[in-house]
Amino acid sequence: MMRHLISAADLTRDEAVLILDTAEEMARVADRPIKKLPTLRGRTVVNLFFEDSTRTRISFEAAEKRLSADVINFSAKGSSVSKGESLKDTAQTLEAMGVDAVVIRHGASGAPYRLATSGWIDAAVINAGDGTHQHPTQALLDAFTMRRRLVGRDTGLGRDLAGKRITIVGDVLHSRVARSNVDLLHTLGAEVTLVAPPTLVPVGVTSWPCEVSYDLDAVLPKSDAVMMLRVQRERMNAAFFPTEREYSRRYGLDGDRLARMPEHAVVMHPGPMVRGMEITAEVADSPRCTVIEQVANGVSIRMAVLYLLLGGNEPATTHARTEESK
Amino acid sequence: MDATTPHADAARPVLEGPDIARVLTRIAHEIVERAKGADDVVLLGIPTRGVFLARRLAEKLQQITGRAIPVGSLDITMYRDDLRLRPARALARTEIPGDGLDGRLVVLVDDVLFSGRTIRAALDALGDLGRPRAVQLAVLVDRGHRELPIRADYVGKNLPTSLREAVKVQLTEEDGRDAVLLGLRETAPADGGDHRPAAPAGER
Amino acid sequence: MSMNKILIRGARVLGGEAQDVLIEGETIAATGTGLTDPDATVVPAEGQILLPGLVDLHTHLREPGREDSETVLTGTRAAASGGFTSVFAMANTFPVADTAGVVEQVYRLGQESGYCDVQPIGAVTVGLEGTQLAELGAMHESAAGVTVFSDDGKCVHDAVIMRRALEYVKAFGGVVAQHAQEPRLTEGAQMNEGTVSAELGLGGWPAVAEESIVARDVLLAEHVGSRVHICHLSTAGSVEIVRWAKSRGIDVTAEVTPHHLLLTDELVRSYDPVYKVNPPLRTERDVRALREALADGTIDIVATDHAPHPHEDKDCEWAAAAMGMVGLETALSVVQRTMVETGLLDWAGVADRMSFAPARIGRATGHGRPVSAGEPANLTLVDPAYRGTVDPAGFASRSRNTPYRGRELPGRVTHTFLRGRATLMDGKLA
Repeated sequence: MMRHLISAADLTRDEAVLILDTAEEMARVADRPIKKLPTLRGRTVVNLFFEDSTRTRISFEAAEKRLSADVINFSAKGSSVSKGESLKDTAQTLEAMGVDAVVIRHGASGAPYRLATSGWIDAAVINAGDGTHQHPTQALLDAFTMRRRLVGRDTGLGRDLAGKRITIVGDVLHSRVARSNVDLLHTLGAEVTLVAPPTLVPVGVTSWPCEVSYDLDAVLPKSDAVMMLRVQRERMNAAFFPTEREYSRRYGLDGDRLARMPEHAVVMHPGPMVRGMEITAEVADSPRCTVIEQVANGVSIRMAVLYLLLGGNEPATTHARTEESK
Repeated sequence: MDATTPHADAARPVLEGPDIARVLTRIAHEIVERAKGADDVVLLGIPTRGVFLARRLAEKLQQITGRAIPVGSLDITMYRDDLRLRPARALARTEIPGDGLDGRLVVLVDDVLFSGRTIRAALDALGDLGRPRAVQLAVLVDRGHRELPIRADYVGKNLPTSLREAVKVQLTEEDGRDAVLLGLRETAPADGGDHRPAAPAGER
Repeated sequence: MSMNKILIRGARVLGGEAQDVLIEGETIAATGTGLTDPDATVVPAEGQILLPGLVDLHTHLREPGREDSETVLTGTRAAASGGFTSVFAMANTFPVADTAGVVEQVYRLGQESGYCDVQPIGAVTVGLEGTQLAELGAMHESAAGVTVFSDDGKCVHDAVIMRRALEYVKAFGGVVAQHAQEPRLTEGAQMNEGTVSAELGLGGWPAVAEESIVARDVLLAEHVGSRVHICHLSTAGSVEIVRWAKSRGIDVTAEVTPHHLLLTDELVRSYDPVYKVNPPLRTERDVRALREALADGTIDIVATDHAPHPHEDKDCEWAAAAMGMVGLETALSVVQRTMVETGLLDWAGVADRMSFAPARIGRATGHGRPVSAGEPANLTLVDPAYRGTVDPAGFASRSRNTPYRGRELPGRVTHTFLRGRATLMDGKLA
């Protein structure tokens, strides 16, 4: 594995599977009386959040604490992002404090990449979401959730998502979750279809390793998992779609549509959900909806990533598992 | 050092398949005797080969006692004291039998006892998993060179070695045959730490 | 003291046969072979190319207001280093060059610098706000004699204002240089809209935002019978529109920057803001179309859009970074790489696109003249065989935001003469 986790597109199939397998072991820690491992004792991890995201931050924080890392939360929101010095200055401050890893959430696409490549800092950089670019740990936890549900918890070990048909529905244009998932799911062998009104699909989507459809009903019966993306109401004002009602009628997931999905198929959502917009309450609360699982799996995935990046004197190599096969 | 010596060719067997079966039978009997029937015994193998040995011991214990003996695995990777000396390692499975460890006699099972650091890590890991009544250690081979005050309760074979030598355990489940081989290390021993990670899997 | 005399020996004038050129005072006294003059300083120039002094119709000198990034003095030193004898200074300063007072100030600073003639460009609208015409006539009548007007950095997007401006400057032979960027289509734009922006998650700047304004403005120019100049053309589509307009006899001229002739949006994958520029770097296909258009004359000139920025405005995340690149000191090398070495233009073509034509469009008196006796001695001497790596530390510009750092580029300006006086001698500023 590389020293940083910036983009899901950077992961090879074997690296991604190693992370998923490691997360399975990490998940078992949650079932133990003492939900803590000494592995990252003495390592300092900074959660550097330039954007509010309580969910993502506490997920990383839980993962870091379960691995016994020293955690510093740095909410940089409000500090001047428009004046670029803040990222560099903050980075150099953290470097001076001797941090081992920076988990960064930033509104500007590419900020984690800059942090990792600019020479401002030596620490490992983990992207916790940058602008409309990438959110690799989200894609990993989604893939983890799919593998558990569609392949199996134990039978899934060592395996990818070959042949699974995954549909991602909603605001693809503004979604780092969609980008990360398309990259990772493709790497893992899944067939991805994006469904959205044409206004919410990026112009350059033709180069992505996926299909694009504007017809949700045509795609649903051929989906093993349907991932609903949050659609912000403000998009309406920029004429991406006419009204909330029209959006949910054409692209929202309700009970009728759920019934047209294969029986084994699951509904996923990265949260937070906008009930009544992209998803009805009935679907959101159904046992086929994995939202809560995704949250729990997020901690396991983040533990796995932190361990594989920081658990040794250098990041894990993917042939490790073949050497010590199970 | 003898970095160039092809250890596999030079290695000589010190235990063959039938020997291994015999010492495991003996250890099983010792466990029953010392644990007074082995009523509350839980076997925990340390991956990779310790797990296979634990399963074999459990079978033998069942033959002796007529009862199923709980057997699981304990991965100690995340408790190692030499994590920072190597790249991050893939994890193996920790599987605790259904009734847990509280109040039980846990017998840790590993293939080779060397520096003792693995067992130290295993004891730390156990502490996070429950509170056994007592913990004992069974190993197929004790090759000496302890770096911590740790000893085995059940030893298949005491094998005096030099630090330049490598002990390689092969088990059918993993390697296609049963044997304990003694050869020369591929490289010089690491600086006083647990030397196990320097060796390929199965070599101690 | 006797009159300044310089004898340039054996230079290939406009890339042609080797000739000697004798400068006396401010003018070219003679050209030919075997010229001698015992009083003249001899500049041996065998193997070098002699061009008319380069003219840049699009430079940001940043003074007044952003002297931390460039001043008229440092900018004109950079210009002389790059072989320029005349630069047109864009109006987006602080305060904006939208009054006779500001343009005269910039003009005077240029005269004082002595490295290069500075011709101020006046803003089209007050404060570049796009709503009210600036005093275009007053700026023209000022000492600066402004003939080129531009809101560059911003588009004159209101069709009525653009029409009026085109009409109004006809009274004194002025020209409006349009920064073609439809503002609504480029809200939040960070890079070219296409496959790379889709992947990087950066706001897209679609080609159509440029092309729709270019199309509108050539039609407006036709309708009101005015001439219009299009700044930094960057797309294949804009090329097609300008080609069509010229075929209809519309009085349109267009410029392309060196960076749009060489670089593509693939470079943005590095998220290094040194590649952030407006209009953005486009695709390989656009680069090819721009080169061909410059070769066939559809695009009239190369203009640098030299846009200095202080280090901190580029040493940050992409979205927070300023747009723009310095270009004066690398322009000719990039043109040599992209146009001459590809066989698309010969050196006479380079002289046209970088001196004759821009001087003509901007009415730069005394610049863009033939290299012949009696003409002002504004000359540039280039060593085309030189190969070097771009090192911004050696720039005369106050800013270092070049996209070519560490890149090998051909050619090097060795001498620049401004009215007979060497502003650059053997690669060193006077």
